[in-house]
Amino acid sequence: MNENLQELLTNLPAYLGGHVLLSTTALLAAVAVSLPLGVAVSRRPKLAEYALASAGAIQTVPSLALLALMMLLLGGTIGFWPAFFALLLYSILPVLSNTVVALRGVDPALIEAARGLGMSARQVLWRVELPLAAPVILGGVRTAAVMAVGTATLATPVGGVSLGNYIFAGFATLNHTSTLFGCAAAAVLAVALDQLVRLFEVAIRRRSRSLACAACAALVVLVAGALYEPISRWFGGSSRAVVASAAFNEQYILSHAMSEYLEKAGFRPERRQGMGYGVQHLALQRGEVDCMVAYTGDVWTLLMKRQDTVDRETTLNEVSRFIEGEFGAVCLGPLGFENRFAIAVTQQRATDSGVKTIADLADFTRTKLRRPLKIGADTGFFHQKEWRRLKDTYRLRDEDVLAVAMDPTLMYGAVSEGKVDAIVAFSSDGRIKERELVLLCDSAQVFPPYDAILLVSRDAARRPGFVEALRPLVGAIKQDRMQEANRRVDVEKQSPATVARWLLSARSNSLAP
Amino acid sequence: MIVLDGLCKSYDRGITHSVRDVSLTVPTGALCVLLGGSGSGKTTTLKMINRLIEPTSGRIEIDGTGVQSLDSVELRRGIGYVLQGVGLFPHMTVAENVSVVPRLLGWGQARTAARVDEMLTLVRLPTAEYRDRYPRQLSGGQQQRVGFARALAAGPRVMLLDEPFGALDPVTRDELRDDFLAIHRRLNLTAVMVTHDMTEALLSADRIAVMNSGRLVRLGTPRELLTDPGDPFVATLVATPKRHAERLDALWTRPIEGGTP
Repeated sequence: MNENLQELLTNLPAYLGGHVLLSTTALLAAVAVSLPLGVAVSRRPKLAEYALASAGAIQTVPSLALLALMMLLLGGTIGFWPAFFALLLYSILPVLSNTVVALRGVDPALIEAARGLGMSARQVLWRVELPLAAPVILGGVRTAAVMAVGTATLATPVGGVSLGNYIFAGFATLNHTSTLFGCAAAAVLAVALDQLVRLFEVAIRRRSRSLACAACAALVVLVAGALYEPISRWFGGSSRAVVASAAFNEQYILSHAMSEYLEKAGFRPERRQGMGYGVQHLALQRGEVDCMVAYTGDVWTLLMKRQDTVDRETTLNEVSRFIEGEFGAVCLGPLGFENRFAIAVTQQRATDSGVKTIADLADFTRTKLRRPLKIGADTGFFHQKEWRRLKDTYRLRDEDVLAVAMDPTLMYGAVSEGKVDAIVAFSSDGRIKERELVLLCDSAQVFPPYDAILLVSRDAARRPGFVEALRPLVGAIKQDRMQEANRRVDVEKQSPATVARWLLSARSNSLAP
Repeated sequence: MIVLDGLCKSYDRGITHSVRDVSLTVPTGALCVLLGGSGSGKTTTLKMINRLIEPTSGRIEIDGTGVQSLDSVELRRGIGYVLQGVGLFPHMTVAENVSVVPRLLGWGQARTAARVDEMLTLVRLPTAEYRDRYPRQLSGGQQQRVGFARALAAGPRVMLLDEPFGALDPVTRDELRDDFLAIHRRLNLTAVMVTHDMTEALLSADRIAVMNSGRLVRLGTPRELLTDPGDPFVATLVATPKRHAERLDALWTRPIEGGTP
C-alpha cells in the first residue's frame, strides 16, 4: 500500500474516534439543553424570542473564532473541552428553534382534549405534545448533527483530536490526499449520524420498539467506538506516547524519527498532526502531548516575548532555562540543525557580484544594481518586525527593495529562475541545495537563531525510559542531513516515514538505539 | 345531579361577562342541552363544569360536592368529555385513544384491554377491525364513535359534550345521535351537551337551557319550549324547526297536491 495512505489509516482510529466522541457528545448535550429550554419557552413568546435571538447570535460568530473564544473563556484550556462547548453552542439553535416551532404547531384542540380527559400538564407534554412534535424536533437534531460533524473538524487548531487533523495537516503541506481523506471521512460520518437520527425519527413515527432499540444500539456502538481512544489512553497509559508535529514536512519527518526511537524503546507512539503551532506548545505544557520538536527562535519571540537577538549559544541556554523553569517542560537539547530565516541568492549571483553576507548584498544593491532589489518571501514575513529590522540594520531604504509575497514552496524556484533577486529562505529547506542557492551570512544578527530543540512534557519525562529513548536524537541531525531529508520529501515526494528511516540509518554509527 | 349556582365568567375584571349569573340543575340521568349562538356563553359554561375554565364567581356541584374543592385533574378523569370536531390523538391507535383515561387511572393492561373491547362494541365498531387503526384511517362518524368510547372508557357518571355531532353529515349525525341517546339511557348518565342547532336540541334533550349574550334566557323541556317559548329570542329559535316540521308534514300527508301547483 501507498505509504502516505498507510500513514493516514494508522491515524484513523484516533482521529475518527475523537471526531465521533466530540460531535456526538456535543450533540447529545445540545439536545439535553435545547429540549427543556424549548419546552420552557415555547409557551412564553417573549422568552422564546430572546432565547432564539441569542442562539441565532451565537450562530453568526465564525466557528473558528468561537473555538478560540471558548479556549479563552476556559482559561486557555485546549483540546476536547473548548471544542465541545463551541459545538454545543452551535448545535443549540437548530434544536431549540425546531422544538419551539414544533410545540407551537401542536393543534390546541388536542391539548384541550388531553386536559379535558384529565391529563396533568406534564402528561399533556409527554403523551401528546412531545410525540406530536417529535418529527420536527428530530429534523432539528438532524441539522445539528450534520453541522456538528462539519464544525468538529475545526477542533484541530485548538488541540482537539478530529478528522480535521487530516484536513489541516494536508492543507499546510499540500498533501491533497490527506485533505481529501479527512473531508471524505467527515462526510461519511455526517451522513451516518444523520441516518442514525433518521432511524430514531422513523422509530418514533412507526412507534416501533425494535427500531428504537436498533437506533439506541447503533448510538451506543458509535460512542463506545469513539471511547476506545480515551479508554486505551487510561489503560495503555504507560506505553502510549503522543508525538506532536506542526503542519510542515520537516516536522513530520522529525515526528516519525521520534516515533521510531520511542517504538524501539517499547512505547506506542501516536502522531498528532495539524495542531496549531502555538497550541502545540500549550498542549506540551499541559501534558496532552508528550514530545515535540520546537525552535529556539519561536520560543524566544512567541513564548518569552523577547525583542532582542543574541547569539546561538546564549539563545539556546536561555530558552532551555525558560522551558525547564517558567514553562514547565523538559528540554533535552538541540538536534543539531537550525531552521532560521536566511537570505538566499543564487550561486551565480554570489560569485559574480562577490556577495557573501547580507551587508554585501545591501552594498551591491545601493552601488551597482540601479533598480530596487526584488526580495521574495512568505506573505507573513513582510508583516513581521524582522523585515523592518533587516532593512534598518543593513541600511536599505524602502525604495531600495521591492517586497514580493509568494508561497514558500514556490519561492526557491522563483529566485533560481531570476524572477526575484533574493528570498527569505528557511535555512533547513532542501530546495536550497536543489536549486544551488547560497545562504548569506547575517553578521548583524537580524534574525534570531532557530535551533531545533527536543521538548518533552514533565509527565513524559518522569516515565521510565522515555527521555532515554529520545536522547540519541540530541545533536544527531546536522544541517545538511536535515536539508537533504527535507529535499527528499519536498522535491522527490518521498514519504516522511521513509525519509525519517533514511535520516536515522544514514547516521547509524552514532544513532543506532 | 349537576347544580350550577350563580355562575359568572368575566375576562376583564367584571367590565363584560361572557357568562352572567347562570343557575341550572341537571337531575341525575338527564340530558341537558345548552343552546345558543356563537358568543352566547354556552361552551364557557360547559368548560367551567370540568374546570377547563375557572369561574369568576358562582358555584358548581356534582352529586353534592363542589368541584372547586376537588383536584382539577382528578375531577376531569371522572367526567366523560367529548369535543367539538373530534379531538382524537393522531399518533395513537383507536385502542390507545380509548384507553387514555383508564391508563391515567392506573388500570392494569388486561382490564384496560377488556374495557377497550367493551367500549368499541358499545359504540358499534367491530373491535378486531378497528382497534389498531389510526384516526386518519377512519371516517368522521367512526372517529366520533371512538371519541364517545374514549369518553366513556373509565365509566364516568357525568358526561360533557361540546358540539359532538357538529362536523358530521346529516345521515351520520342522526345515526350517531340515536346511538348516543340509547347509550345515555342505558348507562343512566348525567349529561350536558352544547349545540347551536335547535332541532338537535329538541330531538335529544330532557331539558333545554337557551343562552343569549351570557345569560340563561329560558329553561324547559322540548315540549315546553315549543308550546310556550316565553321569550322572543326563543320564539325565533323554535320557529324554524316548527316550520320545517309543518312543511314536511304537509308533504307527507298531501303528496298529490304537492305534486301539481
